[in-house]
Amino acid sequence: MQNVNRRRVLRGMLNGGAVTVGLPLLNYFLNGNGNAMADGAAMPVRFGTWYWGQGISKAVFVPKQAGANYELPEEIECLKDVKKDINIFTNLTAYRDGAFFCHYTGWVVARTGVAPQVQNQSLAESIDTTIANGIGRTTRFKSLTCTSTGDVRDIISYESPTTNNPPEFSPLNFYTRLFGPDFQDPNAPTFTPSPTVMVRKSALTGVMDKIKTLENKVGSEDRARLDQYFTGLRHLENQFNQQLTKPEPREACVRPKQAKDMDTGSDSALVAQRHNVMTDLMAMAVACDQSRVFNMIYSYGFSNTTKAGYDKPHHTCTHEEPKDEKLGYQPNASWFVRRAMESWAYYVSAFSKIKEGDGTLLDNCFIMGNSDVGDARVHSLEEMAAFTAGRMGGKIKTGLHIPYNAGKITDIGFTGLKAMGLDLKTWGGKSNETDKTIGEIVV
Amino acid sequence: MRETFTSVLRGTALACVFALASCSGPAADSVADSKAAPAAVASATPEMQGTPKRLRALTQEQYLNTLTYVFGPDIQVNPNFPPAQRTEGLLALGSGRGGVSSAQLELYQKAAVTVAQMVVDEDRRTFLLTCTPKDPKTADAACASQFFAHVGRLVHRRPLTKIELSEYVEEAGNAANSLKDFYRGLAVSIEAMLISPDVLFVVETSEPDPRNKDQQRLDGYSLATRLALYLWNAAPDDELLRAAEKGELHTPKGRVKQIDRMLASPRLEKGMRAFFDDMFAFDSFAALSKDAMMYPVFTGVTATDAREETLRVAIDHLITKNRDYRDLYTTRETFISPRLAAVYKLPAPPTWSRYTFPENSPRAGIVTHISFLAVHAHSVRSSPTMRGKALRELLLCQPVPPPPANVDFSALENPKATLKTTRDRVDFHLENPVCAGCHKITDPMGLSLENFDGIGAYRETEKGQKIDASGTLDGKAFTDAVGLGKALRDHPALPSCLVKRAFAYGTGSPTTNTDRPLLAHFTTKFGEEGYKLPALLRTITMSEAFSRVAEPKTSPTPAKTANAPSAPAVAANTK
Repeated sequence: MQNVNRRRVLRGMLNGGAVTVGLPLLNYFLNGNGNAMADGAAMPVRFGTWYWGQGISKAVFVPKQAGANYELPEEIECLKDVKKDINIFTNLTAYRDGAFFCHYTGWVVARTGVAPQVQNQSLAESIDTTIANGIGRTTRFKSLTCTSTGDVRDIISYESPTTNNPPEFSPLNFYTRLFGPDFQDPNAPTFTPSPTVMVRKSALTGVMDKIKTLENKVGSEDRARLDQYFTGLRHLENQFNQQLTKPEPREACVRPKQAKDMDTGSDSALVAQRHNVMTDLMAMAVACDQSRVFNMIYSYGFSNTTKAGYDKPHHTCTHEEPKDEKLGYQPNASWFVRRAMESWAYYVSAFSKIKEGDGTLLDNCFIMGNSDVGDARVHSLEEMAAFTAGRMGGKIKTGLHIPYNAGKITDIGFTGLKAMGLDLKTWGGKSNETDKTIGEIVV
Repeated sequence: MRETFTSVLRGTALACVFALASCSGPAADSVADSKAAPAAVASATPEMQGTPKRLRALTQEQYLNTLTYVFGPDIQVNPNFPPAQRTEGLLALGSGRGGVSSAQLELYQKAAVTVAQMVVDEDRRTFLLTCTPKDPKTADAACASQFFAHVGRLVHRRPLTKIELSEYVEEAGNAANSLKDFYRGLAVSIEAMLISPDVLFVVETSEPDPRNKDQQRLDGYSLATRLALYLWNAAPDDELLRAAEKGELHTPKGRVKQIDRMLASPRLEKGMRAFFDDMFAFDSFAALSKDAMMYPVFTGVTATDAREETLRVAIDHLITKNRDYRDLYTTRETFISPRLAAVYKLPAPPTWSRYTFPENSPRAGIVTHISFLAVHAHSVRSSPTMRGKALRELLLCQPVPPPPANVDFSALENPKATLKTTRDRVDFHLENPVCAGCHKITDPMGLSLENFDGIGAYRETEKGQKIDASGTLDGKAFTDAVGLGKALRDHPALPSCLVKRAFAYGTGSPTTNTDRPLLAHFTTKFGEEGYKLPALLRTITMSEAFSRVAEPKTSPTPAKTANAPSAPAVAANTK
């Protein structure tokens, strides 16, 4: 029985239409060591991102020591429990290459490799899209994107220069999308393919055929937008295929309790609560192999997160609060960064507490965390900080502080792309183009 | 003399007026009383190249309004499609640039499933389907064909081709036979139709213009769609499609007949609500929140009601009563809800009610509504700069440059300085030459709204200091918000900005410098007709410029400068 191929069994059964199939128990499908699938294939690797707005307070953020034995300064003290699972990069640079947009250029460079030349318009797809396309579609969702800000306009993922992936902003909507009626429990003992989905898939083929007629009627720029839409149809087709195929069992996958919707608002406690609920859903979705690419926004560039009893939201605070000369930083601005870092710690631990094989889900992830600026007060694109988390199936080392000596922030993305197995020589454009992987963290 | 769109417009001006009056009820100052109307078209419309033919994605509202008109008002879905990217002051222009991502298409598909299920629902089907299958457990091509021929024409905004119709019917039949249920089969085919590219995208097609050699005009169906999306924010109805089919939209009489019918339709209200919601950038309400400790009276419902108040006033003033657009900025007439009454410090009405601010009230015009005041303020305090910037950009079409990247505002917080009131803090900007250039444009307007705090509640003092709400707008001085409203009302950029936005919104294309003579002409005519919105809409939609199109200019290809993706994406994104 060890050589049973579930998909082959299922495919045979499916040809007969709607059937219910009894399946062996899930532990049957891991190999004896628990570090690979039964057929010898490696555990899947995943790529994630995390974003916070408004940068850092250099004086209390940047560790004094480099390497493994560094001490966490007070602004990131809350990372102590995840220190072994992350890397901190400091003194990174993004190049503006002409135009500059205060809270936009920095993160767009880090995520697309190219400096934007028009406000709110990326010149390239973002790294999550490149990776999702590169690893191919084996999951229900190509990628997942969420924001804790409650604002659907906070964009962090570009499918193309003109098309973005809007973030999920409501925990209830996100829950329904992931674990609502269309969710297929990979560990369910039986599997019944839906006859409705079968005919739906057939009807979709007809929709796809229509695109050819339309393409002849439009110019080249609009044709690219139709291509984008066609990709979306393929995405739907893939979802239908997924629904018609019994998924591989995932030992940690448990359908979570129904999420509740939350109040709108940007009080930091509320933002953190929203972040944590959506993070838990996202981590479980990854554990259930619903997607292998995921993005989370904690706060946005013009962050309007507020602190109870303080009259300035985060962004305004960074510009208007005087630097405390004794402390060497802006105390309230730092308060906001500390809250962000607590959420980063939560995000990392959400993946590390889920067991997968003989390790954790985080062990099979590469997560990149970055911001829009270094010093928010002056929108600096120098001395920026970023993180990675996860060991990507053993390909990446963690637990390090790496002062990057004004090196390119795009090196982190490039390292992630290479680690995910994409065959590239360079990434990015103009001054931000890079061909360098960060040797210190690559095994 | 050749009959032109302009001459017909002149001849039918009064007919239009009466149609509007009958639509809007007995308004004291309806256009029927206007002496300006007959003198409407004094000059010929300047020539223009034509707006680019574009592929536009339907917005969420356009998609949902269309479904509601086709399938009935109880078809309710709330898929939360993301808004387009605001371009040249309008979200509507962003839909001519953006595509539909995989995640978005997934939302469309979910909405389509919900709608299809509602259409074939046992309780509704007899109302929505005009035929009954011979056997509900199997395919019935005749009945399905009847359904798709009717509904398909409305959602595709043109008649289906024979092939298209047979494909939908065949798909419904196959599904019905597989599922052993005619209605479920029909639903599957409806779902597919509702996500098909011809439905989700508007593809504008053109034909040579027989009146103007070497020029292209939208063909009848494309023009019908452009008109309907503009005026109704929905697809054309049966009659408009019929007019398109018969070529009537390309005859001046035929077009004016349809436009007058559309302007008199109740659907105009939804259409113009969408336009003003876009022009006023009210999409910001989606994420508006106020500090609960500072402003406990302001809740999510207050925000929703504030948006509603201003839209109600705009529709009541401009459509129902057909009044001068400029008076929107001085009118004391409004509508209040119980939640708004709490902020306005008025006795709460049981439900939405008309209300007129008294003559001695500090409020007059929509700029003194909670909506503008709260959206253009911080979550914890007012902001003269944000308010001034919004008024310049949204109402006068005057872009304000962003602050320099490396500006340091921390002196504003210096505890040694005596910056007590917001005016003190803002005045600091004017002392600093780096800041003063732009703040001189925004702050003197915004400061006159300082009698209203971060949620738009009235106040006379700030931190114990009496508030000085004096201000200026391009040389006109005033002492308070009422004065600001009057100055805005008389500002020449106010009507020309509306014209600019209305033309760009209607054609789906940003205006350019070459459009200036045309826009100036529209503005003059707008003034001659008493600054009445329906008359402006009529002028724009009757102009040849509205239906004239040109091939879109290709914008610079991002791939040359960056890692823009194309298929296969990974290969293009990298080297």
